[in-house]
Parts: sequence; structure tokens; C-alpha cells
Amino acid sequence: MIEVKRPKEGFLSVFAYRMAPKEELFTRGHRACQGCAAALGLRLAMKAAGRNTIVVNATGCMEIVSSPYPYTSWAVPWIHVAFENAAAVASGIESAIKVLKRKGRLDPSKKINVLVFAGDGGTADIGLQALSGMMARGHNVTYVCYDNEAYMNTGVQGSSATPYGAHTTTTPAGKVKFGQGYWKKNLPEIAVAHGIPYVATACPSYPLDLIRKVKRSFELEGPAYIHMFAVCPTGWGIPPAYAIKAGRLAAETGVFPLYEVEHGRYRLTLDFEKGLKPVEEYLKFQRRFRHLTPEMIKLIQERVSAEYTRLKIMEETTNRPDYRSIAGI
Amino acid sequence: MAKRRGIEVSIAIAEAAALAEVDVVSAYPITPQTHIVEHLAELVANGELNAEFITVESEHTAMSAALGASLAGARAFTSTSSQGLALMNEIVYIASSMRAPVVMALANRSLSAPISIWNDHSDVMNERDTGWISIFANNGQEAYDLTFMAFKIGEHPDVLLPVMINFDGFILTHVVEPIYMFDKEEVEGFLPPYHHPYVLDPERPVTHGPVGLPDIYTEAKKQQEEAIRNSRKVIDAVWKEFDERFGRRYNAVETYKADDAEVVLVTQGSVTEAAQVVVDEMRKQGRKWGVVEIRLWRPFPFEDLKKALCNGSIKCAVVLDRAISFGGPLGIVMSEVRAALYNLSDRPMVVGVTAGLGGRDIRFDEYVRMFELGEECLKEEKEPDRVIIVGLRE
Amino acid sequence: MKMKEKPKWYELLPGAVIDEPGNSVFYKTGDWKTLKPVVDKTKCIKCGTCWIFCPEYAYEKDEYGYFNPNYDYCKGCGICAVECPARCIKMEREED
Repeated sequence: MIEVKRPKEGFLSVFAYRMAPKEELFTRGHRACQGCAAALGLRLAMKAAGRNTIVVNATGCMEIVSSPYPYTSWAVPWIHVAFENAAAVASGIESAIKVLKRKGRLDPSKKINVLVFAGDGGTADIGLQALSGMMARGHNVTYVCYDNEAYMNTGVQGSSATPYGAHTTTTPAGKVKFGQGYWKKNLPEIAVAHGIPYVATACPSYPLDLIRKVKRSFELEGPAYIHMFAVCPTGWGIPPAYAIKAGRLAAETGVFPLYEVEHGRYRLTLDFEKGLKPVEEYLKFQRRFRHLTPEMIKLIQERVSAEYTRLKIMEETTNRPDYRSIAGI
Repeated sequence: MAKRRGIEVSIAIAEAAALAEVDVVSAYPITPQTHIVEHLAELVANGELNAEFITVESEHTAMSAALGASLAGARAFTSTSSQGLALMNEIVYIASSMRAPVVMALANRSLSAPISIWNDHSDVMNERDTGWISIFANNGQEAYDLTFMAFKIGEHPDVLLPVMINFDGFILTHVVEPIYMFDKEEVEGFLPPYHHPYVLDPERPVTHGPVGLPDIYTEAKKQQEEAIRNSRKVIDAVWKEFDERFGRRYNAVETYKADDAEVVLVTQGSVTEAAQVVVDEMRKQGRKWGVVEIRLWRPFPFEDLKKALCNGSIKCAVVLDRAISFGGPLGIVMSEVRAALYNLSDRPMVVGVTAGLGGRDIRFDEYVRMFELGEECLKEEKEPDRVIIVGLRE
Repeated sequence: MKMKEKPKWYELLPGAVIDEPGNSVFYKTGDWKTLKPVVDKTKCIKCGTCWIFCPEYAYEKDEYGYFNPNYDYCKGCGICAVECPARCIKMEREED
């Protein structure tokens, strides 16, 4: 049995939350909906990133709610250019920092983080090419995709990150079609396939884990991809008060497993010794899933269990001493 | 002292960017632009140019990365053609709106379909209203000089706008011309270090690219329009300084034997010099022809053009368009020339022609035909609404 | 706030840049809510769960270590009431 060391998040004590950095760099007065987990995720990620950070935001919910002129919720330098090119803009900024440091126009000893926030549409669909280019070229950028599983900003249209069966305005549940017709694109694995130093999944329901992962991404040189689950009460049809609970249930049922891959080495950062809860517990209280048939739920359960098992196998394999010695990790 | 040497124009343009000590080059390969960025990549690879060369995965990213670099405090350069420019269109518009003084060398090429790698001006005309300063070069020397000066113009604190330098694909990019190349010492002090007043700097955080609700969008656009209008003063000043220091003069509208001409051909780009040869030749036969070139495309030189065309001698201006505006009057430049002269009582007749699309050569007799079309229209006292295509098989 | 809501065109910075970091704090979102959180301090354990999970960080720590909701920003989502481990936060109807 290979032993994997897992950081024990906030379960040690509820008081651990008070240890989180106090500085707020994503300021209130933003216009995110009530109970927006993406906005919370940004707030937490900015706590981890700190002041010496340049943020690049793709077009989307978080860009809209945080920058209606003349108001800005950004206490750090921030730039929004377009929908699909956040990774490209970040590549340019990172290159600029590199060359300006080399030429002595920026203090070479000063670390400046470049952090991207983009939604699932801006990442899985229209921005995938720019993201792939950024990761392949090895820019020292942390890319955080806040995944609320649809185009929420334009009114809940389906994206390739929309989960199977989910009702959206472009994948409506009707008499002959039953919501999203294909499986959610696995973005973290696409990132892993680029061979970048750090890939992680995170969820604002586990704030300390999220903060730790964003911090880790900046400690490692090179591109990092963090896929952040972002419960959207408005788009998913759940009461805003349950946003955090829903995120927790996603992790506990295995629908959204929390793990990280550092230099190819997998680690489930949250593992449930007693096994996963049935997916139905996660699906049943969301309006977007209320039309699901028992057969569809069964399909989803099989898929989730298989993926979780695969992750466990990957964790086991990539932590084996023989593999690690060959891979140099 | 500047040396005159035979060099491929693409290489010279790359050298102009290197002379400006660009910090970030982000570019994607596309014919006929490719030699420019290949040479820059080589300079970077050999340590001759201290810059970051980003091998982007598309032109859309090329412009996005250049924009990001520019607003992060780096002098940014890119180069493209045709489809590449069309793909980056979205960010071309945003770059000027966000006031990122990127410099782009544009090797003009036609747009698909049918796909054609050869020269015309459909790519730049497609980007006419994107808010960039847009300047045409007629030959390699001009392309070199104008590229170098573009940085000084765009980065000027009163301007802060991106600049595109147009030069004809293949016709210019792939030929070897004798070009005066500067030494670093020679241009010392001409181009100040890059400075943008609102860079992305954690010491002084700013928000770039906010949401513009209806309350603010109109004001933002007005401000941008004023900026490009005012850039004219800076353009003239930079060209004047260049002339004083290096002895080569550039004007927004250039005229050739137009003072006593009855018919002039209005041109942009490399056709200008060809038309000049035709004028020289035909003047021997007593034809009073001349050439007027619109070098500065944006901001449009209304006054200069009026002065050039309403000189008391010119009766007809034949405007040569190298692109088509489908379903309209066809001629884009022609329409603008007409609009510029519209309220003048004694304006010359404006006749539109188009030729040289998709790399089609314009022969000597076809240039002659263009001038003659102008003469015929004068005789018939009829100004055609639409452009006449010259060199078409009918 | 330094920035103007409706500036004239010549008052805008180039590219409509906002030169006042984090000024959204001047935009109060408190009037969005229909329910407001009320903390029962006799049960509060001062753990900060409400603070960490609030998307508006509406909870502010006082000198005694209690976290109190700032109703200027609280949008009334109710996350704090659900997440509070001491069950000391109740959502109550806003009185006009």
C-alpha cells in the first residue's frame, strides 16, 4: 500500500478559518448574485495570491460584476480584454515582466504573480486554444477556471463543461431531449496532458484547501491550472444559502473530486475513507437536474464512480517509488 | 553614418523593429509576412535582440499577447497579413480602444475565398474602422523608416494608439532593395524609452478594460476619436524631426507632377511608383497626368487631400482601389475621396477604378487606361457612381 | 470616491481606465436583501466560518472577537446561517 500524505484542510477545527489571510483584494460592492460561489472563490484566491499580482480576467460573470465603470472590485492591477484570450493576454504580460526584469526596468528580485480568472465557457470552449498555447509555451501564469458549468453571464446556456443531463437554456429538458447530451469535458486532465508543473481542482466550500492550492501554484515555476468548482445558485436552481453545501456535496459524492497533480504526481486532497455518497444526494435538490430519470442517474453514478476509481489508481501509480524515481518526482 | 545596402525588405522591416529595441514580439507565421518575424526570432535566438519572442498559436493570440505586453510596460511588435489580420480583428479593435501602442507591420494580402496569398488591400480595408493609425509605404526604404517611426508616434503621451504600417505583400516584402540602414548611435535620442502612463503595476493598481454601460460608452468612444484626430500633430512633428535629422521627408499626402496635371491617379502603396513611371513616360507624349498618393490612411488627411486635388489644375482624380466594398460603390478609397471633396464647389471629378486584386499585375497599358478613363469621363461630363474594374476579362 | 459616475469625455483616462483600486466598496449592495442575518452572540463561538464563506466578506470582527454582519454590503444570501457550526445565525425579514 502506497501512503499518500494528504493535507487535512479545515477539518482539524472550525477555528482554522481564522488563520486565512485577512487582506481583501477582491473588494465588496461587486455585483455578483446572492450566494455566488465564484465571487467567493475569487475572493479566496486573491487572499492566496496577494498584492503583487496582476489579474487577467476573461469576459464573463466575474468580469461584469467586478468592473462596471467607474467602479472596480480590484485592489490589484487588473485587465480584461476579451472572452477567449485571457491566457493569451497573460502570456504577453508574463513575457513583458520577464524581459523588463532582464533589462533592469523591473526589479528582478520582485516576484509578480500573473493570475487568470476565466469561466468554463471562456476556458473549455472559446478560450481552450489560447489556454493550450499558454501552457505549452510554459508561461509562468496561474490560470483559474471558475466552473459554474454553463454560460451564466448570458443567461445559462450550455457549455462543454455543462454536466450530462443538466438543463440549460440551450440544452433544455424537453419531451424528446433531456438536457445536456454529452459528458462534461475533463479540463484538468487536458491541462495535465500539457505536462505543466501544477494542476489542481478546488472548491470554495473548502476555502483553506483552495488558498493552499493557489499559493502552491505560485511557488512552482511555470504554468499552473486550477479548476475551481463554482456553484451558481441562479443558474442551477438552488437557494443561494445552499451554495457552499452544494459544493461540499459535489466533492463528497465524487461529482467534483478534489485533487492536485504536481509534476505528474496525483494526490486526492480530499479522500473519503468511508466511500462516496450517492450522486443522487447532490443532484436531487437542483432544479437543473429535476427531470433526470433513474436510468440517467444510474449512468451518472457509474461515470462518477469510474472517474473516482481512475483518480485513485492514478494516485496509487504515480506515487509508487519505482514510478517516482523514473519520473524524477 | 547610415549605410545603404541591398537587403530584402522584410529583413529591413525586422531590423527597424530591432532598432527600436522592441521588448516583446508575438507573431504567427503567415505568407507573405513570415520573413519579418523569422528574422526577429533569429536576432533573439542569437542574443542580438534582448526581447521575448512569443511563438503564439494564432494571430488572435499574437495581438492579445502584444496588447497585454504593451499595457504591462513593454514595447510590443507584431506582424501579419490577410487572414491573420482578419482573425485578430476583434483584438485589433480592442487594442486601440484600450490605448495599447502596439506596432504592427502589415504585409498587405488579399482575403479568401478563393484563397490567394498575393497582394491587394482587402486586409487593411477590412480593418479601416478599428481606430489604428494606418500608414502606407511605397517601397522598402519607406517601410523601414515608417516602421521605426511608428513607435515614436504611437507611444507619444498625447497619442497612445497602435500603428499599422502597410506595405504590399511580395511586391515589397520579397524583393531586395537598396536601403539606408541606421546604426544605433545614429538614431540615438530619436526614440524615447517606452512609457505608458497606466501600466499594470502592483505598486499602482489600475483597472483596464472595465464594463462600459450606456452611460459611459459614448464618452469613451469620443475620447478615442479625439485621440486619433490629435495624433496628426504628432505624426507631422515626428516626420518633420526625421526629415531634419536624416533627410527623408514624409507627408500625409504625396503628390507627383500634380501641379500642372489635368488627370491624377490617386494611389496607395507600391502602385504609386509604378504610376509615376507611367506618368513620366506619357508626359513625353504631352499627357498632363500626375499622381497623388494617400500615405496617411488613418487619421484621414482631409485638408491635405483637398489642397492636393483642388490645386486649380486637376480636373479629374481617378482613384485606384485595391479592394472591393461589395454591394456598395465598390471603391473604399474612392468613397472617402469623394466624401472629403463633397462640399467644395470647384472640386475635380472623382472616378473610381480597381485593379491588381489578388496579386494581378497592373500592366503599363492598364495604368494608361485608368488615366484615359478619367479623360473620357471628363469629356462626357459623367461621374460614374461605381468603380470600373480595369484588367477584367469580359 | 474620486472617480465620477458620469464623467465628460475629456475627463476619462485613456481607454476608460479606472485609477482607484477597489472603489466598489463605495457601492453598497445592502439593499438587495429581503432577509438579513441576525447573530445570537450568546451562542457564537467566534470561529469565523461566517466570515470566510461570505462572498461579500460582510462579517467584520469586533474588538471582542465576534463577527458582525455589515448590512451595507450583506446581500442576504443566507450562506452564513446555513454554514454556522454553532447555529447562531438566523435569517430575519428586513423591516422597511
